[in-house]
Amino acid sequence: MASFTRGFGGRRRDVDDSKVPPGQTLVHDWPVLSAGATPEIEPSEWSFSIRTESGLHSWTWDEVRALGLEDVTVDIHCVTHWTKLGMGWRGVPLDKLFAEVETSLDFCMVHSFGGYTTNVPLDELLEGQAWIAFEADGEPLTPEHGGPARLLVPHLYFWKSAKWVRGIVMHAEDEPGFWENAGYNMHGDPWKEERYW
Amino acid sequence: MSLHTAPVRPLRHPAWHDATVVAVAPETPNAGRLVLDVPTWPGNDPGQHLDLRLTAEDGYQATRSYSIASAGDGTRITLAVDRVEDGEVSPFLVDAVEVGDSLEVHGPLGGWFVWRPDVSAARPRPVQLIAGGSGVVPLLPMVTAHAEAADPSPFRMLYAVRTPEDVFFRAELDAALALADRAPFTLEVVYSRQSPPGAETPAGRLTRDRLAASVLPPEAGALVYVCGSTPFVEQVLRWLGELGHDVTEVRAERFGGA
Repeated sequence: MASFTRGFGGRRRDVDDSKVPPGQTLVHDWPVLSAGATPEIEPSEWSFSIRTESGLHSWTWDEVRALGLEDVTVDIHCVTHWTKLGMGWRGVPLDKLFAEVETSLDFCMVHSFGGYTTNVPLDELLEGQAWIAFEADGEPLTPEHGGPARLLVPHLYFWKSAKWVRGIVMHAEDEPGFWENAGYNMHGDPWKEERYW
Repeated sequence: MSLHTAPVRPLRHPAWHDATVVAVAPETPNAGRLVLDVPTWPGNDPGQHLDLRLTAEDGYQATRSYSIASAGDGTRITLAVDRVEDGEVSPFLVDAVEVGDSLEVHGPLGGWFVWRPDVSAARPRPVQLIAGGSGVVPLLPMVTAHAEAADPSPFRMLYAVRTPEDVFFRAELDAALALADRAPFTLEVVYSRQSPPGAETPAGRLTRDRLAASVLPPEAGALVYVCGSTPFVEQVLRWLGELGHDVTEVRAERFGGA
């Protein structure tokens, strides 16, 4: 380990360390990280699509929500070193959407309104690991936090949980998205500190 | 859509580096300036940031991200840190750190909120910088690099602060203004609570009209960088959109919650 910094004691932590990945600090507010402007999208103009080798599969706002909303409580970890524990979310698991789609392609490029992209392997979006989220802490998602709908992939750093999500394009290879092109890790596991290249 | 194409592939691979504090000074009543000597630092682009890690004697560590107020190939890094009330790290950096202290930095980081001089560009692209408070930190090295390179791109900065004593980097900004004949640069400071003595404009919060009067018009096609607190950035981006700017092109960096 590196040498210590003279005089730095740090704040003694009052939480269960086992829930806070290395290099992270607990926050109680909810910081906003975005690369550009915040798009304003009405639910009536929102839809979600998955493009596979067989074509495009699309759902409207009502169709996605009709697949079955779940309430989940998860911890979120941002690469900028904050962690927020025990957040309540409401959303539709991606399992429900992929149950209606057949694909042999293994890699997802997630696309957002505004042009943001991020890559996630398909097997990390299934089996209850990811949701299209509409509410956080009991309130509809605000535009700053990705409303009306964002991806929620809490086991990866939060830049993978794309705000203003609009669809997924399936690929045979794992290709970098927006931040992954700009120096951030292709995978992003907070417990392995997969932050950068 | 610009977000598909615009990230700049970082030139330098980020890594952990040992750093020694070589200078500390107050920057404003609420912020401090630290100069770090980092012998293995690979240099950084204007606008990039780093992670800074402090380790207590018992091994406890705290890491935070900070914008870098300097740029270039050198091994000295300048940071300017706002004191966050009740913060764990920033009050230590502003009030307790001394010359000779050791810490660690990881970087350089970020390939989006960056600007590099290009004196060979056939048609220099204007740049509009908009800062709120300590949001000026990643913008200063853009101004400095532009001036030092005698880059012909027209640079304009709008800087919103509360009072004259809250202005960061007064000397550096004045130095860039002094070089404006070869590296065009104009600066407008908007004071929300108290203007300097003799100011033509009374203190008042930034408004959409004031923004419109100060920034390059949409038809200038400027590259726009906005940095500040989340409410500041959200407000500015909303106004820029209403004024006809293509906000999908704007590069924004926010700090704090919504």
